[in-house]
Amino acid sequence: MPEGRRDGAKILVFSTEKISDPAIDMAGLLKLHYPPRVYTIAVPCSSAVKPHWILHAFAQGFDGVFIAADGSDCPYGESCTEKTGALVQKTHALMKEQNLDAARLKMAAICSVCSESFVKHMKSFSEALQKGK
Amino acid sequence: MKRKIGVYICHCGGNISDYVDVEKVRQAAAKEAGVALARTMEFACADSSQKEIAQDIQEGAVDSFVVASCSPKLHLPTFQSVAERAGLNKYQYVHANIREQVSWAHSDDKEGATAKAVQFVRAAIAKVRLAKAIEPIEIQTQRAVLVVGAGVAGMKAATSLAKMGVNVYLIEKEHFVGGRVSQWDVLCITEETGKDLVTRFYIDVVANQNITLFTGAELVECSGSMGNFTVKVRITPRYVKDICEKDRMRRAIEVCPVEVVDEFNFSITKRKAIYHNFPSQYPLVAVVDMKHCTRCGKCEKECEKIDFSQEEKVVELKVGSILVAAGFDPYTPKNGEFGYQVYDNVITLPQFKRLVAISDTELKWKGRPVQTIAYIYCVGSRQLEGENKYCSRYCCLTTICAAIKAGEKFSGLSHFHFTRGIRTYGKYETFFYEASKRGQVFLQSFEDDPPQVTQKDGRTLVRIHDILTSRREVEVDADLVVLVTGMVPRTDGRIGEILKLPRGRDRFYNEIHMKLRPVETVIDGVTIAGACRGPQNVVEAINSSLSAAIKSYSFVRRDTLAIEPIVAEIDPDACTWCEACAKACPFDAIARDASTGKEIARVNTPVCKGCGMCLPVCPANAIQLRTFSDEEVQQMIGVLAHEL
Repeated sequence: MPEGRRDGAKILVFSTEKISDPAIDMAGLLKLHYPPRVYTIAVPCSSAVKPHWILHAFAQGFDGVFIAADGSDCPYGESCTEKTGALVQKTHALMKEQNLDAARLKMAAICSVCSESFVKHMKSFSEALQKGK
Repeated sequence: MKRKIGVYICHCGGNISDYVDVEKVRQAAAKEAGVALARTMEFACADSSQKEIAQDIQEGAVDSFVVASCSPKLHLPTFQSVAERAGLNKYQYVHANIREQVSWAHSDDKEGATAKAVQFVRAAIAKVRLAKAIEPIEIQTQRAVLVVGAGVAGMKAATSLAKMGVNVYLIEKEHFVGGRVSQWDVLCITEETGKDLVTRFYIDVVANQNITLFTGAELVECSGSMGNFTVKVRITPRYVKDICEKDRMRRAIEVCPVEVVDEFNFSITKRKAIYHNFPSQYPLVAVVDMKHCTRCGKCEKECEKIDFSQEEKVVELKVGSILVAAGFDPYTPKNGEFGYQVYDNVITLPQFKRLVAISDTELKWKGRPVQTIAYIYCVGSRQLEGENKYCSRYCCLTTICAAIKAGEKFSGLSHFHFTRGIRTYGKYETFFYEASKRGQVFLQSFEDDPPQVTQKDGRTLVRIHDILTSRREVEVDADLVVLVTGMVPRTDGRIGEILKLPRGRDRFYNEIHMKLRPVETVIDGVTIAGACRGPQNVVEAINSSLSAAIKSYSFVRRDTLAIEPIVAEIDPDACTWCEACAKACPFDAIARDASTGKEIARVNTPVCKGCGMCLPVCPANAIQLRTFSDEEVQQMIGVLAHEL
């Protein structure tokens, strides 16, 4: 079948193994629905995401990238928030060089039980990306 | 070498296959490069399925595999051990979560769910194609456990661990052990009092040399990880060195001019600034409450053991596991909730129980004799509108039990229970029968029509539309209204914040899985026991504390612990030692190394936690995290982006 036949924006989520991924699991457990073209790759910590992975995702055809950050709950320490923020900032600068809309990369802290917040983010991000297409 | 990948797709007995066309997923997987076989399974975690996978490996049909089933949080270790049993390195297996993040999340869109499952399985295949065998890293383990909370759950867990030969540091925030149970009089089923039970546990604790008990002790800092935590504990002094000679402490307490609300009796009485909760509360040494003490010096004249020179201190302990048994708080009704804080004869269940315990010949409240008691159930539990949707489990039984005991202690009492349906489950049902037999009256209403409490001409009236008698209006003129309050998490949640423990929807600490891993938390090496996990009675709290003790023991029982070898690796050719990675590492696991003649960064592998914080800061992209290499992540991204 031809690519892109399905509706909605294609979103790559970087979740974290101990904090935000359990929240995304719980969204499923609670049958809180969100668009199915949201694809997750779980990493140990949100401050481990390399900017060039994100650029690779855009180059491969993702409409948006969402970092479901550990926030202050990071089991590896409080510096996570600041470091995740820094890598997002760095990526935004690289995106600007490539004329990519900064709004296509989003980051929000998703705690281990923040399932509703995750779903809300996915719905609104998907809608916003769809409008921007 | 060409890979022989096995792909096993689970139905999960319909949990997946009701929403995902697993056969379609299987067909898509079979077409992927390197896939030697692709099968669906009714339950991949079943013994027979595990054997089937192991057999494929042992027969050489498969040299790496993907399991697509529930969240890896549940069964990753299961399939890793399948690999190991069959002689395959466990990192040559990759998991795809097609239940929590696919079939359940998209149960409203079967086509979308199936397409997404195909993508997740293809991405896992792409990752396993690159997977290498990695050997685990061994770390030295501290053969000690920190138990937080010396209530019945914490003391039982401490004793159990100590008997297995583990050093236990038992810390209690209060100056006395026993937690909530010490505040209770007769406990149900047996005729023991809370004090009796606490005494027995305390004797076990002090008799065991492996246990060090700290009272007035609070966890203030925690670093490290499973097998090797460093914790800091702040200890507030008692300002009393030892037990005073006969009667001298009693006199020291008598002469204290300061009176404060006694929280042990849930504020229905006052205590002095120097106190013990009741005469045999353990440890037997009294305490000076420095927040309220005026340093008038009167007590010092009565007892030479009082010592104001004692100072607060912080001790550092090294432990391999932390067991949290921090207990609960009783729900505090809102002002005006069933007349609470508005009418002076409306009290809570814990207050009522203390009142019965400390009253001798006659039951009186605020100087007035009590004869008719109205109990209003489910206050702060099973709330339709409010935070506490859960049932607090212990209150129906405790109330009935307290009413029976009050009736035995004081003659002429009448009991009216305004319930939402009695839940004296299991063997406790006999108490409900006993109370009914003794003439106690049980009325019932639904949540949409709760009882009303009003006052008129000095009388307190409790009115209900009783559904057991066709919603007939029943009014009771009560001397005392007891609000049957449930359990809520401790208001002081600092332990959870320090240890980063996640909370569930009920705001109690959350286990990884209710049935599969009920006492473990997502923080490796930290277990939970007792009512900090959620409402439970004494029996249930003890059960969970024994489970948590065994689980904590499993983390410290050996001298070494195999930890995940998911660590950062430096490419020595690309690295130019700019120090950015060392600065980013929160564990000081990266240092400069010039031993080869060139200055590069070196990772101290056992200290590296595999968080990856060093990855994005390297300007030369010279750092790779094992199993999350650029190649692996980018392959997965590529596959996910190109939907079939």
